[in-house]
Amino acid sequence: MKFSFSNEQEEFRSGVRRALEARSPTTEVRKQMATETGFDREGWKKLNQELGLTAIHIPEAYDGAGFGYGELSIVLEEMGRNLLCAPFFSTAVLGTAAILNAGTEEQKKALLPAIAAGETTATLAFSEDSGLNDAASVAMTATKSGATWRLEGTKSFVLDGHTADLIVVLARRPGSTGDEGLSFFTVEGSAQGLDRKLLKTMDETRKLARLTFNSVEARLLGTEGAAAAPFARTMQQVIVCLANEMVGGAERLREDALEYVKMRMQFGRSIASFQTTKNKAADMLVDVEMAKSAAYYAAAALDEGDDDLPAVASLAKATAAEAYLQTAIHAVQMHGGIGFTWDNDTHLWFKRAKSSEILFGDANYHRELMMRNWKH
Amino acid sequence: MDTHMTEQTEDSVRSEVRAWLKDNWDPSLGLVEWRLKLCDSGWGAPHWPKEWYGRGLPVKFNAIVDEEFARIGAVGVAKAGIRTLAAATILAHGTDLHKEKFLKRILTGEDTWCQLFSEPGSGSDMAGAVTRADRQGNKWVINGQKVWTTSAHKAQWGLLLARANWDVAKHKGLAYFILDMKQPGVQVHPLRQMNYHASFNQVFFTDAIVEPEMLVAEVGDGWTVATTTLMHERQGADGLRTWAQATDKKGRIYEDERAEIASTMEPYKWYPQRAGRVDLVVQRAKETGKIDDPVIRQEIARLLCMSKSSEWTARRARAAQNMGRPQGPEGSLGKLASSHVARQAARVHTYITGSDALLSGKDSPMEGVIAEILVSVPATSIAGGTDEIQRNIISERVLKMPKEPSVDTNKPFKDVPRNIVSS
Repeated sequence: MKFSFSNEQEEFRSGVRRALEARSPTTEVRKQMATETGFDREGWKKLNQELGLTAIHIPEAYDGAGFGYGELSIVLEEMGRNLLCAPFFSTAVLGTAAILNAGTEEQKKALLPAIAAGETTATLAFSEDSGLNDAASVAMTATKSGATWRLEGTKSFVLDGHTADLIVVLARRPGSTGDEGLSFFTVEGSAQGLDRKLLKTMDETRKLARLTFNSVEARLLGTEGAAAAPFARTMQQVIVCLANEMVGGAERLREDALEYVKMRMQFGRSIASFQTTKNKAADMLVDVEMAKSAAYYAAAALDEGDDDLPAVASLAKATAAEAYLQTAIHAVQMHGGIGFTWDNDTHLWFKRAKSSEILFGDANYHRELMMRNWKH
Repeated sequence: MDTHMTEQTEDSVRSEVRAWLKDNWDPSLGLVEWRLKLCDSGWGAPHWPKEWYGRGLPVKFNAIVDEEFARIGAVGVAKAGIRTLAAATILAHGTDLHKEKFLKRILTGEDTWCQLFSEPGSGSDMAGAVTRADRQGNKWVINGQKVWTTSAHKAQWGLLLARANWDVAKHKGLAYFILDMKQPGVQVHPLRQMNYHASFNQVFFTDAIVEPEMLVAEVGDGWTVATTTLMHERQGADGLRTWAQATDKKGRIYEDERAEIASTMEPYKWYPQRAGRVDLVVQRAKETGKIDDPVIRQEIARLLCMSKSSEWTARRARAAQNMGRPQGPEGSLGKLASSHVARQAARVHTYITGSDALLSGKDSPMEGVIAEILVSVPATSIAGGTDEIQRNIISERVLKMPKEPSVDTNKPFKDVPRNIVSS
């Protein structure tokens, strides 16, 4: 297993970091999160095309750059650090992973080049009103009607679901249960009968939508009734990516809180000289570095096709969830009163930590999943 | 081109050591006899200087050499215990006389060493040592008490930190000596622990004598020299935790090695338990049926998350080191992380074991191993630098946070308030 980034990867990271710092300071994050779309379509398109972000891990056969999860995770870590408001996770991770895992060769050739080129945004709709993350909870039905399919039901907690050009949907054959009868479909964001409602989110930098499908025309993606395995694979990739995004945010919070306590004077001395503050800062470093190790390991496990991936992916997500939230709690505390104000930026990451903790299954859920998949 | 200038590669080192072992390895030799050959060839400590039993190779090649030894079952030099710290300190600060007298017998394992640093009144605050070193005529005379001294009852030599000057600041008045343990002025008593073992000793000095040439560096340099020893202790901590495995191979040398391991490792036999025995958890949960308890599953998973993340963090640190990169923060966290892992492991073992965890020794599961875990884990967050000290080190050295205002380093040590220790 690979335990370090190459010099090229480190250079790539610096380049992405510089670009994000220039294009997405927190003033810009605050501006975008207050909008309905949640991002600036033209600005994102330009940044994405300049850096080739959505192309990174799409194979060259589909006009991508052909890099691995190692590189994708670097981008995500930097975006988590920067809180970039853009439909990157929904497009490059959720939508792309589902298409790569489930699509036929022909479908991949048809769908992926536009994503790689930054022309199309995408997402994956699987959760419903229950908010559960497993395939068995899917109730939405797909019925064949001639050459096409009709979708009926509701999807919720769909990341960027209100703006995505292309929506991959998980639905089931009427009457089927559990992992049986599940299929992926693709739907245009503008499809007839599709009602998209933006939900008000606690973490305003992450836009979620509730989608109501009223006999919406859809195309089958991959094989009918065989989506359970590619969906499970997709979710493993998704949580590894999210874990990497999370550790970027956690590290940023940790660094900012450290910088603040070094500057803040009370009782005639820097509050960073009090042991109680130093202990907290040391514990935060341990939490964040451990979570980084797990997230990096899981990304390497994806690239190297490791058999332990299902357990390792859940391990990385559970570890990142606890570390990010704990870091956020400490970061607010270290800032004191100002850390609870709207004008201070800490709450932006606190809320991202909270939303990331829950999204795609919380730490308890993933610890249980990890135990089920533990082989040793 | 001068062959000494030729850049060594992994392959060249591997083929060189392989060829040498092919010509020289002989399991019918005695342990010391064989190790003397290792000293002469430099393959016993390849990273040591050529003039002192090494080959002057970069330390990264040690792994290759170890692999080649392991491949054919060849025995290496004596590595366990304090002797390696003594060697590292002598190589860095010792005189040629020290190197001549001690290094070879360290490698052969003929001499055992102990470290005389901690005192009843100075644990974490090691520079607050009050053991006295007074110059009387041509000798140093030592009086005082040390504690937590592994192998003191067997050691020929001790690495001693003592105060030689009370009129200067705390860190400036220390001296570092090599002390002959086998003399009437040195008394060793075992120190019984809460887990029944007595791995450590208390050492009492009553007019113990140190010859003047056994001072390492100068009076006043004691703290600097001790820092070298401690640095190697932290770096080698992983190595010490690796359990020396005796083999059941036939041959005189293996018999000698088995005897050495049994004796040297005796004080460390509870160390795996102190680290929490994460390796036993899943199997024990299955055997007891507790693997089906959803609450215990959560606790086991928490433990595995911590233990794996900690292992991978150590691997990251090593990978960065192998690439020649400056050490990142990930290299300083292992000690603290291992405390968290050990504590969680003890919790989990308790949940899994239930009422049987009330018992000890032969009446308890695994012939007392589980009970030993529960009462040994508290040592992990104390020994070798407490969690509190680790946090100070991390915050001050890695995070560059300011120190607490000092009340003890800016005045003569004799004026610093300190513990009253009865002896």
